[in-house]
Order: sequence, then structure tokens, then C-alpha cells
Amino acid sequence: MGRIGYFLLYFCLGMVAIFQIFPIVWLFLFSLKDNREIFAGSPFALPQQIKWENYLSVWEGGIGTYFFNSVWITGVSIAITLLFASMAVFVITRMSWKLNKVVLGVFMVGLMIPIHSALIPLFSMFLSVNLIDNPWSIVLTYTAYNLPITMMILLGFYYTIPREIEEAAIIDGASLHRLFFTILLPISAPVLATTAIINMIYNWNEFVFVNTFISSDKYKTLTVGIQNFVGQYMTDWGAIGATLIISILPILIAFLFFSNKIVEGISSSAVKG
Amino acid sequence: MNKVMSNKWFISLYILPALLLVSVLIFIPLILTGYYGLMKWDGIGAMQFIGLENYINVLQDNRFWESAGHSFLLAIFSTLSLVIYLAVSMILASKIKGADILRKIYLIPMLLSSVAIAQLWIKIYNPSNGMLNSVLGWFGVQNPPLWLADPNIVLYSIFIPILWQYAGFYILIYYAALKGIPESIIEAAKIDGATPLQIAYRIKLPLIMGVVKVTVVLAIVGSLKYFDLIYVMTGGGPNGASEVMASYMYKLAFGNYNFGYGSAVGFMLLLITLIVTVIVRKLTANKDEIQY
Repeated sequence: MGRIGYFLLYFCLGMVAIFQIFPIVWLFLFSLKDNREIFAGSPFALPQQIKWENYLSVWEGGIGTYFFNSVWITGVSIAITLLFASMAVFVITRMSWKLNKVVLGVFMVGLMIPIHSALIPLFSMFLSVNLIDNPWSIVLTYTAYNLPITMMILLGFYYTIPREIEEAAIIDGASLHRLFFTILLPISAPVLATTAIINMIYNWNEFVFVNTFISSDKYKTLTVGIQNFVGQYMTDWGAIGATLIISILPILIAFLFFSNKIVEGISSSAVKG
Repeated sequence: MNKVMSNKWFISLYILPALLLVSVLIFIPLILTGYYGLMKWDGIGAMQFIGLENYINVLQDNRFWESAGHSFLLAIFSTLSLVIYLAVSMILASKIKGADILRKIYLIPMLLSSVAIAQLWIKIYNPSNGMLNSVLGWFGVQNPPLWLADPNIVLYSIFIPILWQYAGFYILIYYAALKGIPESIIEAAKIDGATPLQIAYRIKLPLIMGVVKVTVVLAIVGSLKYFDLIYVMTGGGPNGASEVMASYMYKLAFGNYNFGYGSAVGFMLLLITLIVTVIVRKLTANKDEIQY
């Protein structure tokens, strides 16, 4: 390939990169401007005077509460999902019992379900046990709906653990609980990290469950909260921009630090499905 | 040893939490959706059994079929866009410097919530000071269309952010598959005098066909379930022009409190998704998987 060929290749790749990244850069730019500048100036201009106030005002305006809810709901759901998924995958891959293929099949069918088809009964079930407008309904749903994909990623790892490990542990007198908690869980830490990040992206961004089950502002998460904010600040573009940037920042920071894990997790969860 | 590893109490104790959650929160609701579809019910008052009336009504409901049509149209767009993603991945994987960084940049939109993406693109499409019309203005376009308010183009306008959101995801999958092709095969073809285009089309593409088929299933099934972005960007409007199956169901149940009919629509969504999944998987089944 000649120079022109390479130039063309990079040109194509560069155009795609600009298309992918520019909307986010533009969002960041207008989050630092005021309306006068946004409406009068070029959309690509740098802000004349950086308006960090936009961030301060939306944070104090209530985004902080949504942010905190997102953090704890995401975190607790991830912890429960990882624990339950690991326990289930342990007994499916390492223990011998008759129904293990059937049970595994049940979990894998869960991957194919459109969540919207289950939404109305979920709503009425939570209503009947008083969990509507209660954040635990969200934690439970996130856990249930993330279990199949989490288990799928863990399965591959558990199948590769050598049998000798548990034989040695059992012969040395370790109980099964001990085997699981002190040997298998720790050695699966790398793959747990991958699944944790996949879960984090899903939980942090989830919309429809929170939008349906939660009505009080004090329990809303960021994705639903920003909907309110945008309505409230209909005309204040700087505030809207700051709100959106705050909502995507944690994921972008996670990506900065764990991009390889994220890439790994996304590709393994997609292709195996 | 075997006795320890088939301890029934232990197995039950460890499998039950996951199994209970999945059964109670995924499978039982699906069955209930079918059951509620047989009821006249506003979600709060008493249910009244009306047999198959809701289901018969869904089959005759133009709005439902229109929204199903939109879902299928999105599925077609999404499948076609795989060609672009594949072409980009082919370029990326051709031993180019910086491929790793570029691939990661492409992935960023995939990490954002559909709600944030929707709000961002509403701003991009804004008629008076959105980024799109500002750029078009430089090229002398005087009267750009009303991107999200014109029923004839709203679906296309919505498709662009979808394309944007999933680009990195599919490029990542194709890139990984292409990187898995052994170098020796490509080298052999080069020695035989194959051009880069021939190598891409005759050698690389057939070798990653298994992965391409998986992505076709993902694109189609994902499109049929599409909801968040459309719900936030247009709410299915203007006048139903961007309504999809899931948004129609949501509107019926949580907008109009028509839980019985909404459940019937939700059950249809489930049936259609499952049937299409089975058909597409059958059509793309790997009869003779290539080994290398």
C-alpha cells in the first residue's frame, strides 16, 4: 500500500473517531457556557469564560441525591449478583447432580427475554408486597436480570479450574463453604472484576425499571433524575449539559482505568450470547 | 470425594438464591403477562376475565402493527449498518498503528445511558441552535428538516444515535474475530497474489462468518426490544410515527392504565421476539463451521 492508501485509511478511521467522540466534546463545551454564548456563538467555539457554576448549581439543585442513589443501588446490586452468580456457577460446574444441565438451561433462557414483557406483572407484584417506590425493588430486579449474563461469563472460567484444587482442599479437610469462599472466590477475582464492570455499566445506565417502580425524587437514580432536570431546566442549556456530563462521568472514569476489562467483558458477553 | 461433591443440601443452598430470583422476577412475570392479557384490568381495581378479547384486538390494532413495522424497520437498518461496522473493523485490523486507541474511542458512546444519549441528540437535532443545523448552515442549507418533528424522517433521525451508540460494540466484536485469524493464512494468500480487497472478501469474511451471524441475531433481536432512546427522544411521536412495540406497551399500561390490553401487547412482544430469534438462529445456523 502506498502513502495515499494509508492516508485514506487513516482519513476514514479519523472521520469515524470524530463522529463517535465529537457529540460528547460538544456536550462538554456547552456545559461550560451560558445561554447567551450557546445561542449566539458557534457550537464549536471554546467557552469565553468557563462557567463551572453550571455544575455547582445542578449539584445543589438535587443531582447529588440521584448520584448517591445510583452509587449505592449499583454497588449493592453488583455485590449480590456476583455472590449469587458465583455460588450458582460453582455448583453447576463443580458439583455432581442430575439436574445441573436443566438448571443451567433455565438461566440461559433468561438471556433472551425482552424485559418490557415482564414489566406489568413486576409492577403489580412489587405493588402487592409494598415494594413500589422502594429502592429494594430496583436492587432485586437488577440482580435477577443480571444473573444470567454474569453467570455466562463466569462459567467459562469455572470450567477451566483444575479438579485437583478441590480434591486437595477436601482431602485436607476443608468444608465446601471454605472451599468456595477461601479458594474459588479469590482465584476468580479477575473474572469477577470483569463481570462487576459489565454490571456497573448496565446498572448505572438502567432506565425503565426505575422510571416505572420509583416515584419519589429521593429514591430516583441519575438516569431517571436527569429526565426531571432537563424538564425543569428546559431552556438552560448550560445546566442540562452539566447534568448530562455528571451522569456519564463515573462510567468514563471507569473506562479510563479499566478499559481492557471493559473490552474483555463486552466481547465475551456478546459473542457467547 | 464424590460423596462430598454431590452433597444435596449444599447444592440446594448455593443454587436457590439465584434460581429463586430468576424464577420469581423473570419467568413468573412472563407467564403472568400472558395471563393478565386475558383480563380487563386498570392495574388497581378488580380483574375481569374477558377471554381472548385483548389478543384478538391486538391482532386487529393498526397502531400495534405500525409500531411492530417500525421495530422491524429498525432491525433492518441495524442489520445493514453491520456492513459499515465490518468495513471499519477490517481497516482497523489491517495492522494499522493506533488501532487499539481508535477502537477504544469508538466504544465510548456504548458506555453511556440511552437517556443521556437521547438528551444529547435532542440537543444536536434542536432546530434553532443544535449542532447539526449550525453545521448545515455553513453549507448554505436554509431550511433543514425538523428532524424529530417530521413524521416522515423521525425514524431515520432516531436511527443515527442508535448507529452512533452501537458502532464501537460491533467494531469491537469484529475486530476481535479478525485478530483471531492466523497470520499464516493471510500471508499465504498474499504470496499467491491476492489483493487486499480479495483477502478481505474471500478469506477474512468467510473465516469470521460465525461471528457475523451472531451479530445479525444481536442486531435484530436488540432492535425488536428497543425502547429507552425512543421513549425519551420522541415518546413515540409525532403521532405514532416513531412508536415501537415496547413503547406502545409502556404507553398503554403506564400512560393509559390499560394493564390488561398492555399485557396482551407485552405478550405479543415476547412471542414476536422469541419467534424471530428462533427463525434468525435457524437461518444463520452454522452448518459447516470453518476450523483453523
